[in-house]
Amino acid sequence: MGTTDLAVKVASTTTSRHEKVINDLSIQVATVNGSGSQSANTVLLRSIFRMGIPVSGKNLFPSNIAGLPTWYTIRASKNGYIARRKEIDFLVAMNPETAEEDVLSLRAGASAVFDEKLNLQRLRDDVIFYPVPFDALVAPVCPNAKLRKLVRNMIYDGVLAKLLGIPMGEIHEALKQHFMKKPSAVDLNFNAARVGYEYAEKNLPKRGRFYLERMDATRGKIIIDGNAAAALGAMFAGVTVCTWYPITPSSSLAESLASYMKRYRMDPVTGKATFAIVQAEDELAAIGMAMGAGWAGARAMTATSGPGISLMAEFVGLGYYAEIPAVIFDIQRTGPSTGLPTRTQQGDILKNAFLSHGDTRHLMLLPASVEECFSMAVEAFDLAEEFQTPVFVMSDLDLGMNNWMSDPFPYPAKPMNRGKVLNAKDLERLGGFERYRDVDGDGIGYRTLPGTKHPKAAYFTRGSGHNERAIYSERPEDYVNNMDRLSRKFETARKRMPGPVLQESDGAEIGIIAYGSTHWAIVESLDQLRQEYDLPVSYCRIRAFPFSERIMDFIRRYQRVYVVEQNRDGQVYELLRIEADAEDIPKIHSIRHYKGVPIDARSVTDEIVSQEGKK
Amino acid sequence: MSTTVVPPSPPQKLNRIGLGPSDYKGNKSTLCAGCGHNAISERIIEACYELGVEPHRVAKLSGIGCSSKSPAYFLSTSHGFNSVHGRMPSIATGTMLANRNLISIGVSGDGDTASIGVGQFIHLMRRNLPMIYIIEDNGVYGLTKGQFSATADLGSTLKNGVINDLPPIDTCALAIMLGATYVGRSFSGDKKQLMALLQGALGHHGTVMLDVISPCVTFNDHVGSTKSYSYVRDHDAPVGDVSYIPFFEDIVVDYDPGTTTEITLHDGSRLLLKKLNADFDPTNKTEALKILMEAHDKGEIVTGLFYLDTQKPNFMELLNFVDEPLATLPESSVRPPKKVLDEVMNSLK
Repeated sequence: MGTTDLAVKVASTTTSRHEKVINDLSIQVATVNGSGSQSANTVLLRSIFRMGIPVSGKNLFPSNIAGLPTWYTIRASKNGYIARRKEIDFLVAMNPETAEEDVLSLRAGASAVFDEKLNLQRLRDDVIFYPVPFDALVAPVCPNAKLRKLVRNMIYDGVLAKLLGIPMGEIHEALKQHFMKKPSAVDLNFNAARVGYEYAEKNLPKRGRFYLERMDATRGKIIIDGNAAAALGAMFAGVTVCTWYPITPSSSLAESLASYMKRYRMDPVTGKATFAIVQAEDELAAIGMAMGAGWAGARAMTATSGPGISLMAEFVGLGYYAEIPAVIFDIQRTGPSTGLPTRTQQGDILKNAFLSHGDTRHLMLLPASVEECFSMAVEAFDLAEEFQTPVFVMSDLDLGMNNWMSDPFPYPAKPMNRGKVLNAKDLERLGGFERYRDVDGDGIGYRTLPGTKHPKAAYFTRGSGHNERAIYSERPEDYVNNMDRLSRKFETARKRMPGPVLQESDGAEIGIIAYGSTHWAIVESLDQLRQEYDLPVSYCRIRAFPFSERIMDFIRRYQRVYVVEQNRDGQVYELLRIEADAEDIPKIHSIRHYKGVPIDARSVTDEIVSQEGKK
Repeated sequence: MSTTVVPPSPPQKLNRIGLGPSDYKGNKSTLCAGCGHNAISERIIEACYELGVEPHRVAKLSGIGCSSKSPAYFLSTSHGFNSVHGRMPSIATGTMLANRNLISIGVSGDGDTASIGVGQFIHLMRRNLPMIYIIEDNGVYGLTKGQFSATADLGSTLKNGVINDLPPIDTCALAIMLGATYVGRSFSGDKKQLMALLQGALGHHGTVMLDVISPCVTFNDHVGSTKSYSYVRDHDAPVGDVSYIPFFEDIVVDYDPGTTTEITLHDGSRLLLKKLNADFDPTNKTEALKILMEAHDKGEIVTGLFYLDTQKPNFMELLNFVDEPLATLPESSVRPPKKVLDEVMNSLK
């Protein structure tokens, strides 16, 4: 099956097999791509969320429009763990192609809801089976044969509601929220869910130990995906130009931005917009337009993924050397090459740190949550203009395309920082300026925008060698002066970028370093290490490159530090080894997860325990 | 000790905004003596001076190559951007998105446009972005010492005798087909025609695409070249005379109405097109393409204004954004208030 790291073995657990488990389970719905299960899955997720239970949803889908297997995993966790969990407690097997494998990969004691025609109960005797006659149930509630394929999925929502204890009222409310503008769709789908519920009530006596009960841990929280969060951040950052080219998994960022901007940044009467969103002909043009716009003073951005970044390399080098602001959202997916286009990875870190030819270094922000997708989007535009350089926001498919529970996002606290821009009045006062002179000793020069009405405003921008006055130069001293100033600018950024988030445990000898969406597995793994192995571990979450000096201090304080990330080559591990003191390098160890599916806590725990010799 | 009396230099003739010709000059050219590109820079300087273009409103853009060095040689008080090979169109697009009040003059070469940059060139034309796009076309790569470009004519030769066996890309035909709204070809040695075309271009509000044959004196000015000075002079077939009347002049021109078309540009300037070929209509795409195709068959280099459309909306009009430049909108215009964030957050609960 596609999610090949699903473990058949039973993970170590402290609960007994027969103990009732409340608000701690994972559901996996296996469907056929294009069968319209998204509504049913979203409604299921929302219903659990409405019960006050922390919940997360992850879509594992193929690079395909219709016909291939796809899985949606919902995890409800009273402890608030929202990382992926490998073990499935409840399977909904809707895809005949994978149903057998899906059942075989379940751990003992799990349950499986399935189309009775598939006769899956023959496969195992340690799984609880709930056969449902989906076709017979859907026909009477959905006379329109064309809609049946979609509505059929709602039946499993009803069945699960009965088996797990989700009130049908919550399903109804979630449906209303989902089909906001279509009351007829709400009725049709709710009828299907009700049929499922009633069927389960009559025919499927509850067995097994998993239950959902109301609690109060989601009050005031929101559910959003990272791309929509980043789009909101860009809007509140005051973005004015977004140029992009479609690529999974970043497209929904630009598309969300377009819909928010149309709603909130356009005059409802005249239709006049305070922004331009342009779908470019390719990634080369997308970044070129963003560079042109950034040069001319717009808050400019693009959104792409690894293959797009490869195409943008030349322009990003120009942006570094000619010093042009732009924000690049890289929603990372699994590489190399076309890779696994719809699977997740943290695979572009090393490449983006030094993207393009010659000596180049770029600023990167590393959001770990949808809240940081929002706040770092806001921050990125300030940084790009302050440092007059391309800034990467390194999200990934898991963060970008999956739904996450979060606190609501805070309104930006600081006014926009447009950086060192001189206007005509400034030039009058100063009598002129030199574009690439380090006036303030921070490596950052002053710039003017095209269109500034002053005879001394203009300068010439080029990717070739230039002196402080922006005049073409191949003189060794001009080149060295310029390159050294760019290094100084990078060092200024080191102090200005968001620092690490530290969580230090008393008595800990070892530490974990992680970043981005890996964070959620670490949070859970830290608890597992303490509870199951009595092993206190400190944690340092990196939020930006260049790395803060506080990260190096963290490494110095511990005996061994494990860098956990989702790529094969330990990309941040390598970057840290470049920057660490020689005596600290042997302390740094690497834990890598690169299966294309989001990292889970158990994998981290097992690996640390193994490397620490505790197992 | 002798006293030298320096005679005062004669006062410069100032244009309508009070600037003299020297205010439109650029740095000293580092291109070869006699390079056609320098003549084009001179015409740009003259055209901007005569029309009283405000230099601070001009953005000069280019890619890579000999041609792309040109922006350094005119309008030194305008912002310039010498970008990457073939990708100036995207820089120009972004620049105009950020500040629609700019006058964007892009200079490209035939290699920069028709080979490495053909993708971006095509999409620039499609969008009808308001800008002046000039190809300094010599059929060879000068800066890498003389390789054929994609506009080199079939059968033309390099200095070392190598024969070109591929047909040329006609950038004017491409531009017309794709949606540019002011398309012409000229010759760097034809001061009068080039000047009129450039002045008309400055009054147009869509994509201006001018292919200017500009012989390369070092690598492509020999007997086998179809882009040498002598070849172009011998084979130039103008489709008509182009005359230009700026919006601030009201000269009555005595043209025979039977053979002249007058077109009013967006800023009120007028172009007078005196027809040599009675059938030629510069507002008819099919006619324009036909005349280009026929010229290829005859081995002629047809010059003049081939196509003009003053009605088609440009890219900025399609995007319908506010009148003031996006680049300088204040925070109050671009950051929605807190109540908007609250509204969005509530919808996600």
